[in-house]
Amino acid sequence: MDYALIVLLQVIATVANLAMISAGLAVIFGMMRIINMAHGEFLMVGGYTALVSHQAGLNLWVAIFLVAPIVVGLIGAVVERLVIRRLYGRMIDTMLATWGVSLALVGLITIAFGNTVAGISPPLGSVEIGAYAIGCYELFVGGVTAILFLAGWLVLARTQLGLIARAAMQNREMAAALGVDPAKVYATTFVLGAAISGLAGALIAPITGVVPSIGATYIAKAFITVISGGTSILAGTLSAAGLLGAVNSMFSFLMTPVLGEVALLACAVVLLRLLPQGITGRYFRRAL
Amino acid sequence: MTGSLRSALGYVAVAAAAYYALVVVPRDGDIAVMINGSIYAGYAILALSLALIWGFGGILSFGQASFFGLAGYVYAIAGINLGDTAVALFLAVAASAAFAAILGYFMFWGRLSDVYLGVITLTVSLILFRFFNQTAGEEWTIGAAPLGGFNGIPSTPILTPIGHPDQPLSPENIYILSVMALAFCYLLCRFVIATRFGRAVVAIRENPVRAELLGYDTRLYKLGVFVIGGAIAGLGGVVFANSVFVSPTMFNLQTNGQVIIWVIVGGLGTLAGPVLGCFAMLALSTWLGSLNGVASGWTDPNLVMGAVLTVCVVTLRQGLLPTVVAAGERLIATLLRRIRIQKFGQPHAVDEPL
Repeated sequence: MDYALIVLLQVIATVANLAMISAGLAVIFGMMRIINMAHGEFLMVGGYTALVSHQAGLNLWVAIFLVAPIVVGLIGAVVERLVIRRLYGRMIDTMLATWGVSLALVGLITIAFGNTVAGISPPLGSVEIGAYAIGCYELFVGGVTAILFLAGWLVLARTQLGLIARAAMQNREMAAALGVDPAKVYATTFVLGAAISGLAGALIAPITGVVPSIGATYIAKAFITVISGGTSILAGTLSAAGLLGAVNSMFSFLMTPVLGEVALLACAVVLLRLLPQGITGRYFRRAL
Repeated sequence: MTGSLRSALGYVAVAAAAYYALVVVPRDGDIAVMINGSIYAGYAILALSLALIWGFGGILSFGQASFFGLAGYVYAIAGINLGDTAVALFLAVAASAAFAAILGYFMFWGRLSDVYLGVITLTVSLILFRFFNQTAGEEWTIGAAPLGGFNGIPSTPILTPIGHPDQPLSPENIYILSVMALAFCYLLCRFVIATRFGRAVVAIRENPVRAELLGYDTRLYKLGVFVIGGAIAGLGGVVFANSVFVSPTMFNLQTNGQVIIWVIVGGLGTLAGPVLGCFAMLALSTWLGSLNGVASGWTDPNLVMGAVLTVCVVTLRQGLLPTVVAAGERLIATLLRRIRIQKFGQPHAVDEPL
């Protein structure tokens, strides 16, 4: 019984982790149809920002929830202005250019902090369930993920801003004709997506630690989740994270964590063979 | 300049490069140059495979290094277990082609768009990297070959002549074979493009819908060119395994990124361009690595590669070879006009007052 409960909590933590690292990418991909290859590095920079500002004496929660999103959001603004804006409508070129940005960020962080693993121990301690224990912090990340997605839904469904965003997403020409400046919407979206990535990277940094090349481990999972999810930002990411996260943690339990990731990938490839438009291409089509 | 003249000049340039690599360099007998040359040739074959499937097939594989690395590992494992590396070579190329076929089936029959395809291939490569990275320890041994985790297989066997498994080839011979493999792959790509099959592949790149309406099964053609590309990348992996040794870095993000950079810098849609781009970028990173002093702190290879890629995509839309060829053609055209002017005098407008 205790074991079943701990497995369930572990699955929830994995799903939340997956949803968290995919959220920023999903916002940018869902709104702008741009694949941001520098996404993993945005997460990495978010982690480093939180770490460094915490080591400089800042409160950990301030570092995670305030400093990291702002710093990465600013980086996103610079990247959008210098690179993305010149390449609208050239999807493959955007992918390549952001990959260049990703490599350059890895290089910069390596120069600044060295190619070593750094970390903070997860706060909040752990909770014991029978003979097993699970970190409170991992459950806390699950809670933050839920709040983030709920807030995203509220913004998209209930506010003027969300209405404009959805309009630009569905039909950009018509939105532009009605007086919405698509360039402004895109810039805002990109910065927002980057800021969410920064928050996500900072949130998971205490669990995983940070190293300049850690983006590569996130990027594959995040892409697979977003693409398996399909076009709907929230429902797609959540459903794909749920499915793939469950597969991942099941195989991790039965075999090894790496085989869990292999199973995640295999599941996603088969899923895309069956549903080329992703999960929300067939189910929950009207969801956000 | 006419197309046939340009193609003839291209063949002359390739023949001259092959002559230099196969006759001049071995005569000097510098062993370090030859070992480096084999590594460059291995990478260049990898660049060529992406030049074929991306430049002509329109399939953007972000994970072309998966075939490169996989073939390297199959070669090393089969070579250690069988003892006969000539067989291992064929097994390795066949394995990478088969892997490309399986992966291609899922991608092309799922009718994934370009972008999804790029992401899937990249993910496959990264998963392979993570898998081979954790294979340290006793339990990860296939036959007599330990997979060695992050360190790879330092005892990767060297090619032997067919029938003489106990006489590994010298670095000079490996170098000659590597350059010949590169030349062979180049000619193979030229041949593939010139066939009916190759023309259909290019047509599909230009307009998939139209090609489909004309009765070509685009999935089959894309799969075909993808498998050929996988096999060529696999041969590159075997060459690389012979000049260095196999390790998980063959799969990593940096290797995958480099291949794309070579193709972009050299010129997408050409075959010789990516090979030149590969040589140029490898030489650049070797040079950056040899720098000392203040500059050395700012020459992290990732930073330089990333900056080059971004700048190339944003500003230079064509790549080096097409840019140089176009500039050369303009120069020749200007010269020809000058000659004509000298012969026939300055052309002037008719209604100009005399």
